[in-house]
Amino acid sequence: MAAPQFEVPKLTGYAETPAVKEGASAHIKSFPASESVQAAIGFPGGLVEDWHDKAIAKMGDLLNRYRSLRVFMDACVHCGACTDKCHYFLGTGDPKNMPVARQDLMRQVYRRHFTFAGKYFPALVGAKDLTEDLLQEWYTYYYQCSECRRCSVFCPYGIDTAEVTMAGREILDTVGIGQKYTNEIMGKLHKIGNNLGLPGPALANTLEGLEEDILDATGAPVKLPIDVKGAEILLVTPSADFFSEPHVESLVGYAKVFHATGASWTLSSKASEAGNFGMFIGSYENMRRAALRIREAALELGVKRIVVGECGHAWRVAYSFWNTLTGVGAGGADPFSIELQKQLDSRYPAPQHICEYTYDLIQQGKLNFDKSLNDHRVITFHDSCNVARGARMSDMPGGQFVIPREVIKAVANNFHDMAEETIGESTFCCGGGGGILSDDLMEIRVKGALPRMEAFNNVVQEHKVNFLALICAICKAQFTKVVPYYGFDMSMVGGVHQLVSTAILLVDERENENQE
Amino acid sequence: MSLTVLYAIVFYAATAILIGGLAYKISSYARTPAPLKIPTTPAPTTMGGVVLRMAREVALFESLFKSNKWIWLLGWLFHVSLLLVALRHLRYFTEPVWFWVVWAQPFGMYAGFAMVAGLGGLWARRFLVDRVRYISTPSDHLILALLIGIGMTGLGMKFVAHTDVVAVKAFFLGLMVFDLQPLPADPVLLLHLSLVALLMTIFPISKLLHAPGIFFSPTRNQADNPRERRHLSPWAAKLETGSKAE
Repeated sequence: MAAPQFEVPKLTGYAETPAVKEGASAHIKSFPASESVQAAIGFPGGLVEDWHDKAIAKMGDLLNRYRSLRVFMDACVHCGACTDKCHYFLGTGDPKNMPVARQDLMRQVYRRHFTFAGKYFPALVGAKDLTEDLLQEWYTYYYQCSECRRCSVFCPYGIDTAEVTMAGREILDTVGIGQKYTNEIMGKLHKIGNNLGLPGPALANTLEGLEEDILDATGAPVKLPIDVKGAEILLVTPSADFFSEPHVESLVGYAKVFHATGASWTLSSKASEAGNFGMFIGSYENMRRAALRIREAALELGVKRIVVGECGHAWRVAYSFWNTLTGVGAGGADPFSIELQKQLDSRYPAPQHICEYTYDLIQQGKLNFDKSLNDHRVITFHDSCNVARGARMSDMPGGQFVIPREVIKAVANNFHDMAEETIGESTFCCGGGGGILSDDLMEIRVKGALPRMEAFNNVVQEHKVNFLALICAICKAQFTKVVPYYGFDMSMVGGVHQLVSTAILLVDERENENQE
Repeated sequence: MSLTVLYAIVFYAATAILIGGLAYKISSYARTPAPLKIPTTPAPTTMGGVVLRMAREVALFESLFKSNKWIWLLGWLFHVSLLLVALRHLRYFTEPVWFWVVWAQPFGMYAGFAMVAGLGGLWARRFLVDRVRYISTPSDHLILALLIGIGMTGLGMKFVAHTDVVAVKAFFLGLMVFDLQPLPADPVLLLHLSLVALLMTIFPISKLLHAPGIFFSPTRNQADNPRERRHLSPWAAKLETGSKAE
């Protein structure tokens, strides 16, 4: 870890709301996207000539397409309930990171151009013209929001800043201002099929290597099949699971679970990415295009069931949006969604989360664990924002909080939750979600992680917790990078299925051979 | 032009703006599609559950309670008091007065004080809390001033200098059937009525739209049921061209 160019917040043992410090994070800006990056996802590169009129027109278009935006622009009363809820405000003190102020960056333009009061009495209601400076401010602060929706839990009208941020990014993209990190990844996903840009053969190679590693470690011939036609289950997982640490440990965990019950499953090179950054930039079209790859792969492979790996925003897209976008789930009317529904097991017409899958098997007593294998770990669980507030597991509201914890408790003995107000629906974002997981945003990532690090530090002190269990590829990457700034070791970060992987008992076929 | 005619015109105009403006706004909310399922989860999975969630939100300010006990206390106090005060005022618009409006009179009377106290607390926050000070615009202050003005003039007429409420009632009953009756020329009454008319006028063009807005907020009014039902907006349906990958 290089010496930081900024002051890392100190952990004090209790969560404090900082005093307002204007402009505290105004200098933190991610690299803009080049023209070719923008073109690959259907946007102009570089500020277009008639940007003002185009931006206002786009805002009008979005106001007509999204009820959320239309209602949220009007309904805010500036009550202040959200002002101390955003991790980026708590970490920086920059008032423009208060959800209401972030929304107001757009609301002031909305009022100027789309409301009576703003047209005729702009000063009275804080209405402003859209200037190039303001547009740059949008770029700064709409890329200091991780779209985690924590503010929406606490807003008396349910105003969701994520919807405003998404609209802001879509307008920025439309006039040629895109973010390099997110948009480049989006382009790779369209072109190659995953965020890392891994071609099929490289992927197959990696998987083979992993199979050998697992065999060496356990003696069990655990397979990581890819592009197997006629397999029962298609596993769609974030591509980070193939290459990054600690992500890959969870991939090994999923494979062991499938192996333990003899499930027929496959990965797909076409759908080698669960992530869908189209959501981050509020682009329905890009999000849909990415989701269609998965439907296409499911149809080609003829699978009966789709399971999604550990990835927060991917699970939100899969659970909440796939059915809308591509008709995966009940009710799709176009020929391909009808065909897919016929093909899928009627018990599982909608995608399932890997934690739901594993939990079901645990409930049925089909998996065997030696929990003591995890005894060197004292575990806590971080609810990922998109799973916590944008999706669900099981038939029960709140199942997304229960199931991962039950899986952990089934495979390990030492578990302690962090403080109530920092988990469940009130969970803090890791600080790197929503398109912020870029090195050029390291300062905001570190500062945004402060509330989570405070809560984590408290259980480390109190219960000697040494493992932060996650179900999100972005959380894993973010925390691995960021916990060292707060004095923790990056090996404390890992996946829920990494814990499953450690404790699961598989038949060592080498022993069988020896006995024969 | 007599005072009576002037106030009659003002109230007809304010009522027309309030109803017309709200109808326009509400229809724009209703006509705008919500293309994606975005309830803030955990969310109810049925419409019955959604109705309950919304009822808790509207009657108890559930989310605000989770957020900040001071804003909740002051805000809830103000809104409930305003409701009681408004119910009490129904007696100026009904003849004979409904029994439960009679019953509500004492509550409504003292609610006036609670209303002004709640508003005062909310206004104090705009000066005392640096975060709230930062986000406050002139209109945020003026709306509080307007509401407190309405409350104070109302309380003034009830507890300090009575106005001729019989004549006021005759004026409003008359207004409702387009039969103008003389309005007393009591300055406190005239100020009270002017402020109320102003509140009605700005309702559809200000943040007071939070009142109808909450019912249309997708994070609160959607059921969490994407597994069971496909949710497709008209504009999104047009993107479906019926090819596999498109």
